[in-house]
Amino acid sequence: MADLLKKFEPLMQRHAAMLEAGSDAIGLVNEKILTPTRGMINGRETILAGTNNYMGVTFDEACIEAGKKALEEFGTGTTGSRIANGTYGLHRDLEAELASFLGLDHCIVFSTGYAANLGMIAGLAGPKDTIYLDADSHSSIYDGCTLSGARLVRFRHNDAADLAKRLARSKDDGEGGRLVVLEGIYSMMGDRAPMADFVEVKKEHGFQLMMDEAHSFGVLGPNGRGLADEAGLYVHADFIVGTFSKSVGAIGGFGAGNHPYFEAIRHHSRPYMFTASPSPASVATALEAVKLLKREPERRERLRENSTRLFNGFKGLGLEMGCDVVSPVIAVRCPDEPTTIAMWNALLEAGVYVNIALPPGTPNKICLLRCSVSAAHSDEEIDRIIELFGQVVGAGHGSV
Amino acid sequence: MSASDEEILSRLKELLQKFNSKNIELTATTDISTDLNIDSVAVMDFIMEVEDAYDIDIPLNVLSETRTMRDLVKVVQGELG
Repeated sequence: MADLLKKFEPLMQRHAAMLEAGSDAIGLVNEKILTPTRGMINGRETILAGTNNYMGVTFDEACIEAGKKALEEFGTGTTGSRIANGTYGLHRDLEAELASFLGLDHCIVFSTGYAANLGMIAGLAGPKDTIYLDADSHSSIYDGCTLSGARLVRFRHNDAADLAKRLARSKDDGEGGRLVVLEGIYSMMGDRAPMADFVEVKKEHGFQLMMDEAHSFGVLGPNGRGLADEAGLYVHADFIVGTFSKSVGAIGGFGAGNHPYFEAIRHHSRPYMFTASPSPASVATALEAVKLLKREPERRERLRENSTRLFNGFKGLGLEMGCDVVSPVIAVRCPDEPTTIAMWNALLEAGVYVNIALPPGTPNKICLLRCSVSAAHSDEEIDRIIELFGQVVGAGHGSV
Repeated sequence: MSASDEEILSRLKELLQKFNSKNIELTATTDISTDLNIDSVAVMDFIMEVEDAYDIDIPLNVLSETRTMRDLVKVVQGELG
């Protein structure tokens, strides 16, 4: 009988090589979080530039107070799923607040952003349907597609013409529906779906469109609703999915839409039905944070300024960027895995934490050092990140 | 294999070559993922090349049961009808 874990020997060897080079880039311990942009790592105060804390709301007083109050009034956990004992007034309040924020009729809250994609995709599409997904989609989208049992067709990243070609030749979609899934901001490279091109394809070929606005909810658009909002094409997005673990600073996720049968997802979607509902404190802080995003649109402007400052700083250093559009996800291409790991360690030792992204988690086998910008970053922090990237990545070596 | 299968196998070998960084000899029994030691994303990218070469769609669902080049030849034949 084969040892079940034996197949992971190459994976363990790869991880061991990472540990030999320095800190554990995929298991780093934050010893203390001081502010939305500062933490203690390896005993040192460190600038956090890889947290997806886009709006910097994690230490907002009103959010913390709301969380404390929910803990005291509702306890530590719900101990049940949404379809049993796990729906509290707080969950319904959050769904109503999100629906209002999004200007949509219906909203369903899930326990994580991952579960939101699984729950929405598997809730919408089934074995008779076809899902067309972008090649660079997040793993939660791939996993949701697999869970749905739908026929899965992958199209080239951000290539509306390639999608049109596949829709045209899939005349055998038969009685089933067609779901296309796009992301507002792609999490690794920071690029955006060319929404207008895809909407033209939608008009020609017909499909229902789900926008995963995980990295763009609260960030893009005049109303903070995401890329579809920014592009002025919001009415063409049939379903919006988002997460609370980025601009909302909590944990959980949501799906939303206007379809009159939307609520049926609650009775059909396994990731909604068969997991515990998000804890009262998480829901309360998310609720407060969504109100805050509506109340303080200036945070979006500050995030744009910070993102532009970091992007231009990196461009000025001559670094090879993940994409040529400014977004809060700013990725820098690196030569190979050992060099990227060495550079990541050098940055950490010099006092800045960023994400490391390696194949197969990246498109086209590229290695990345990925920054995520926060509205809470100061100019000085942004400038320090640029300075250290110049010393480490710009100089092409793994030390300062 | 029929002559037609041989033609498809030959074309698939050509398409797979750019993912074959270790220059493994490609045969009908080559396991696309494990023999070439390529990850799931590379396998999906290879399949996209095959789709374009034959102007067909190969749904991702069939990949879990498509391990060897011979398996893939059957899938292509099936899609070509």
